[in-house]
Amino acid sequence: MTAALPLPYPFDTADAQRAMIACVAVGVFAPMIGAFLVQKRLSLIGDGIAHVAFAGVGAGLLLGVWPVWTALAFAMVGAVGVELLRLSRKAAGDLALALFFYVGIALGAVFASRAGDVELETLSFLFGDPYSVTGAEILTIVALGIGVMIAMSVAGRAMFAVVTDEDWSRVSGLPVGPLSVALAALTAGVIIAGMRVVGVLLIAAMMVLPVASAQLVARSFRGTLRLAVAIGAISSLVGLTVARPLDLAPGGAIVFVAAAVFAAVSLPRRAAPRALQQEAH
Amino acid sequence: MSAEPAGSHPQPRVPGGILVRAESLSFAYGPEPVLLDVGLEVRSSEFVALVGPNGSGKSTLLKLLLGTLEPGAGRVELLGRTPRDVDDRWRVGYVPQRPSLMSEVPATVEEIVAAGRLRRRGWWRGMTSGDRDAVGHAIDSVGLGSLATKPLHELSIGQQQRAFIARAFAGEPELLVLDEPIAGVDAESQRRFRDSLVHLIRHHGAGVLLVSHELAAVADVIDRVVVLKRRVVFDGTPAELAERGVSLGIHRDDLPLWLEDLR
Repeated sequence: MTAALPLPYPFDTADAQRAMIACVAVGVFAPMIGAFLVQKRLSLIGDGIAHVAFAGVGAGLLLGVWPVWTALAFAMVGAVGVELLRLSRKAAGDLALALFFYVGIALGAVFASRAGDVELETLSFLFGDPYSVTGAEILTIVALGIGVMIAMSVAGRAMFAVVTDEDWSRVSGLPVGPLSVALAALTAGVIIAGMRVVGVLLIAAMMVLPVASAQLVARSFRGTLRLAVAIGAISSLVGLTVARPLDLAPGGAIVFVAAAVFAAVSLPRRAAPRALQQEAH
Repeated sequence: MSAEPAGSHPQPRVPGGILVRAESLSFAYGPEPVLLDVGLEVRSSEFVALVGPNGSGKSTLLKLLLGTLEPGAGRVELLGRTPRDVDDRWRVGYVPQRPSLMSEVPATVEEIVAAGRLRRRGWWRGMTSGDRDAVGHAIDSVGLGSLATKPLHELSIGQQQRAFIARAFAGEPELLVLDEPIAGVDAESQRRFRDSLVHLIRHHGAGVLLVSHELAAVADVIDRVVVLKRRVVFDGTPAELAERGVSLGIHRDDLPLWLEDLR
């Protein structure tokens, strides 16, 4: 790989710098999709699709294919499947998720157990391993992210209408089905991009936690989106910075920082009305 | 609205100005009939109120007219075609009964109303200055101009409902369908609501189909009242309804009760 840029510790090595790029990219792109999922009240769909992606990882390890490709294929099928089940009203939103959730993780476990001695690799997909991200993987992550941004700049406004008021959008003639499926496919793309960085078990958290914090502060959808992206990027950077000297799992550290931001933002807001009441007395 | 040059009224693009027409429409959920042999028509520049007791089939009729349900028997023509074949849906504005919107993420009045513009310009296109003008005009016409950048959840129920009406206005519809839009709305919002409907009908030649129990605020501008009890038991002017013993003004507080006696 290329030589390291002269950055201070903990970003002084080429591995750490690649980890930084990958983590910040995921920190930016994940909340961008997450805002739409939260608005749609499907905050957990990311988790469901991530479990299906894990089945894809297992299949890749079993077949000896780069697991990112098989995970992408499984996640796309799972994402579109959940959405079609929900749209056809054969299963409620959370029931459709649960079905894919369980089948995904079961398949992943079965596949991986048949693949032989792959515990370490399996773990790196479950919890992420940003320091081992290769240059090719960074290109994949950034390309997926750019794809998300282009799709959002074209369809973001219509997706906002659909996730905000699906019935009205249908009557108004917006292509609710295709837009919902597209959002699910974008979710799958972000999960695959983030899988190697924070792991299958935690990538969905990066879609939702920054949005949860931002919506407490912002006063518009656009504002929430921007703030969530900023919180996502900063959480990634801070999490990675503390992870190396303290020898923590980077994925866990990043999500922990994002959760800490939420706690910091939500606690004073809960206390505020009480303070006002006291003033009134 | 403002995307049209000042003074120009959109010409009706449907034969005879009939925006929506239902003919001998029947529908049943299972064995229980909900609608029997229903006929209804709304023309350009016409204000039609659809009233009836709970369970009289009003909501089902709206779904059939808008094409989200298929009739068991009879036919619907929306803008001269079967609802399924209407691809320029922006010509139909819709204000849902209880908006399913309880925003998780804050969304401003402007952001909500701008959605009403999507179908008109093509949902994949960016907003032009003409679109922004139309959104601003729609917000002003329901009297929310000073609240345009406020998040919806900080508004009263009446103000929120006006934002959804503005969303329907923003597409500059030729037919506006409203399902109980002023249930539980304050007097100020009701007055604004009436004025903006009058504006849409008189200045833009739109037809309005309003489902509501509370017609007092709009009684003086309604052209026709249709009373539905599975079948249409009355279809005529408010004056003709008064001759049958029901006055939209006098009986405003218990209109459904008075309608019970109509056969």
